[in-house]
Amino acid sequence: MATGFHGVGAAVAALSSSPSNSFDSKKLLCSPRRSFPVRKGASFVADRSDGSVNLDLNPKARRAQQLIVNAVANKADSSPASSSSKPGHELLLFEALREGLEEEMDRDPRVCVMGEDVGHYGGSYKVTRGLAEKFGDLRVLDTPIAENSFTGMGIGAAMTGLRPVVEGMNMGFLLLAFNQISNNCGMLHYTSGGQFTIPIVIRGPGGVGRQLGAEHSQRLESYFQSIPGIQMVACSTPYNAKGLMKAAIRSENPVILFEHVLLYNLKERIPDEDYICNLEEAEMVRPGEHVTILTYSRMRYHVMQAAKTLVNKGYDPEVIDIRSLKPFDLHTIGNSVKKTHRVLIVEECMRTGGIGASLTAAITENFHDYLDTPIMCLSSQDVPTPYAGTLEEWTVVQPAQIVTAVEQLCK
Amino acid sequence: MALSHLASSSPSRSANLLKPLSSVISLRRPISTDTTPITVETSVPFTAHQCEAPSRTVQTNAKELATFFRDMVVMRRMEIAADSLYKAKLIRGFCHLYDGQEAVAVGMEAALTKKDCIITSYRDHCTFVARGGTLLEVFAELMGRQAGCSKGKGGSMHFYKKDSNFYGGHGIVGAQVPLGCGLAFAQKYCKDEAVTFALYGDGAANQGQLFEALNISALWDLPAILVCENNHYGMGTAEWRAAKSPAYYKRGDYAPGLKVDGMDALAVKQACAFAKEHALKNGPIILEMDTYRYHGHSMSDPGSTYRTRDEITGVRQERDPIERIRKLILSHDLSTDKELKDIEKEVRKEVDDAIAQAKENPVPEPSELFSDVYAKGLGVESFGADRKEKNSHGRHLDNTRDDPSGEVIIGLCFHNPLPA
Repeated sequence: MATGFHGVGAAVAALSSSPSNSFDSKKLLCSPRRSFPVRKGASFVADRSDGSVNLDLNPKARRAQQLIVNAVANKADSSPASSSSKPGHELLLFEALREGLEEEMDRDPRVCVMGEDVGHYGGSYKVTRGLAEKFGDLRVLDTPIAENSFTGMGIGAAMTGLRPVVEGMNMGFLLLAFNQISNNCGMLHYTSGGQFTIPIVIRGPGGVGRQLGAEHSQRLESYFQSIPGIQMVACSTPYNAKGLMKAAIRSENPVILFEHVLLYNLKERIPDEDYICNLEEAEMVRPGEHVTILTYSRMRYHVMQAAKTLVNKGYDPEVIDIRSLKPFDLHTIGNSVKKTHRVLIVEECMRTGGIGASLTAAITENFHDYLDTPIMCLSSQDVPTPYAGTLEEWTVVQPAQIVTAVEQLCK
Repeated sequence: MALSHLASSSPSRSANLLKPLSSVISLRRPISTDTTPITVETSVPFTAHQCEAPSRTVQTNAKELATFFRDMVVMRRMEIAADSLYKAKLIRGFCHLYDGQEAVAVGMEAALTKKDCIITSYRDHCTFVARGGTLLEVFAELMGRQAGCSKGKGGSMHFYKKDSNFYGGHGIVGAQVPLGCGLAFAQKYCKDEAVTFALYGDGAANQGQLFEALNISALWDLPAILVCENNHYGMGTAEWRAAKSPAYYKRGDYAPGLKVDGMDALAVKQACAFAKEHALKNGPIILEMDTYRYHGHSMSDPGSTYRTRDEITGVRQERDPIERIRKLILSHDLSTDKELKDIEKEVRKEVDDAIAQAKENPVPEPSELFSDVYAKGLGVESFGADRKEKNSHGRHLDNTRDDPSGEVIIGLCFHNPLPA
């Protein structure tokens, strides 16, 4: 059976023949329909019986190899050959997430992925496609539909030092695991007096999609934001998706990474070299002078669309993607408020107790003197997302509303 | 007692003359170091579900029995002292006492190593002590002082001891079982050859997340042992009123189970050793410890509204774990009644000293309110919640950094440092 840690593509063949006291990887193969005779991805093994460790973590070799290894068979468009004209490589947002995840799993053998259909199925949004074949069943784990317990298990594993990435197939399903996230994930570092860190990443898509129905179109950032001890980030572009994924995995704190169902197919060119995005930093999307527009996730695109109209009308909006939902990057936001003196928050979260509400309070508390006019906050409506297309459209903020709001603010 | 053996010369005593002289005259070896094996039978045989029950015959020795006795006396004394401290309003909030159940903590510890993990619910004072926690850490934490095991920030329900793999201490009923299965997962992942004991009560046994976690553990063959400390009452509700099937050891269905007399430390030890061996080979197993708590559910529960005082005194007379070990020690002539009473006096003093020391200990500094909410570090600039001030950061526990050289030093999962 294949053993040895599959750290680098080229080195696999050399490693795969070493014997060890690994577990019976075939036993973990849940589906008998699997046709792979031997999984090249091998289960990860530390052969400690003879004191040596079967891991190839030579940093230089790994870094040099990384660019090529990332090109799993179905990712032809990201291989260096096709982008020889410009630096970096082009990919879709879900591929960027996968790339970040894969690079971190290569770099640190403690990173593992748990979730429903993440393994053999490849992930319901393809974020984990190919990872089970590469890393094996012990590192990419298909769980039964039991969010409460597998999130709890991820947290328990994190207490010992493993770095699980727990995927909620939809953020809404994580409500079932709320007790584990709130009480155990967020609080254990504090209540143990600092003894345990919980380096877990909980990620999944949320937000309003295309007529998915109320229960699958939830915006839950507001529910999690009060939990002490966790960090929340929302990605919006392939660049920051990969960067935030990597930073979240490397963080010692529990991080909830909010993705959006409608953003998975965004295409962008991202750098080839290793990079991460600071978890607590906001992103300046468009510098401006007249008004600060704070947004995150999908609403960023509605804001940019509105910005085109606004520029034509003579306004100069400064658009900031706050990215970090907890804690807020009040440094960047504050500098912007001091410059423009007007704030508009555009979010997909619910009006009541949402991210916008907290942000409004934080800005008012800290930068009240710099505001020329009260902060305006455009959020989605406090309704369960309706199924009908037109109604669903009215649930979230549309570019026209953003334009009107800016005009009103700048009067 | 030894002299009386010499003095009487009845034929039935002749066997004693064959013993080494030192054990017959009062110059016998001190009880605490004697490791000659003694064979004892457990009080009742084990009842098994989907597996072969282990034998009723347990190997022990004088040293172990002495340790059991002393440890249980410490635990008993500690819990009674906590009762008084609570009534004196030095301990506030919730305080769930374990007296009566000491045999489970002590027997389990005897069958395990510090590499094995234990996780339990809020009734965690004695399990913490069994894992190596000191009395000062216990009392300081209960009183919310700096010297507490969680720096005074956890309280009675949040005792943890990372260096002995004691994962607490959890307030929400049943939530610790998925955590425990996660610990077992990590052990399997890192090839530790160790197991996790996830303890819960008969009240928690009806939580869905237990069955979810058991299902995943059985699917993934995790070395998880789920231990139901069945003290027959889930707060004020008797087990027959809460569970349609109070045979908790059978409720794992496909997972094997064992019912154990939880008031017999030796039976507990035997069962835990059996379970450890089983779990390492075959995946999860359930142990049901038939035990009893003398106090109510917590300090705000008198414990007598849902059960009779006769029941409590009956159990105390017939099944008390400390008395059982005391009788064993005395009947095997391993010590005298006086010596055991001296140990109890000594322990009492030890507990009183720890309480005095804990009372002197200061309360946490105000800055502790905000420390340990997040773990700082990583080389990424990490700011406070408002990112107005920069916090200094250091390298964190596992020394990972985000610099592009990608150097990773892994300390926690592997015992040998990796070559750079």
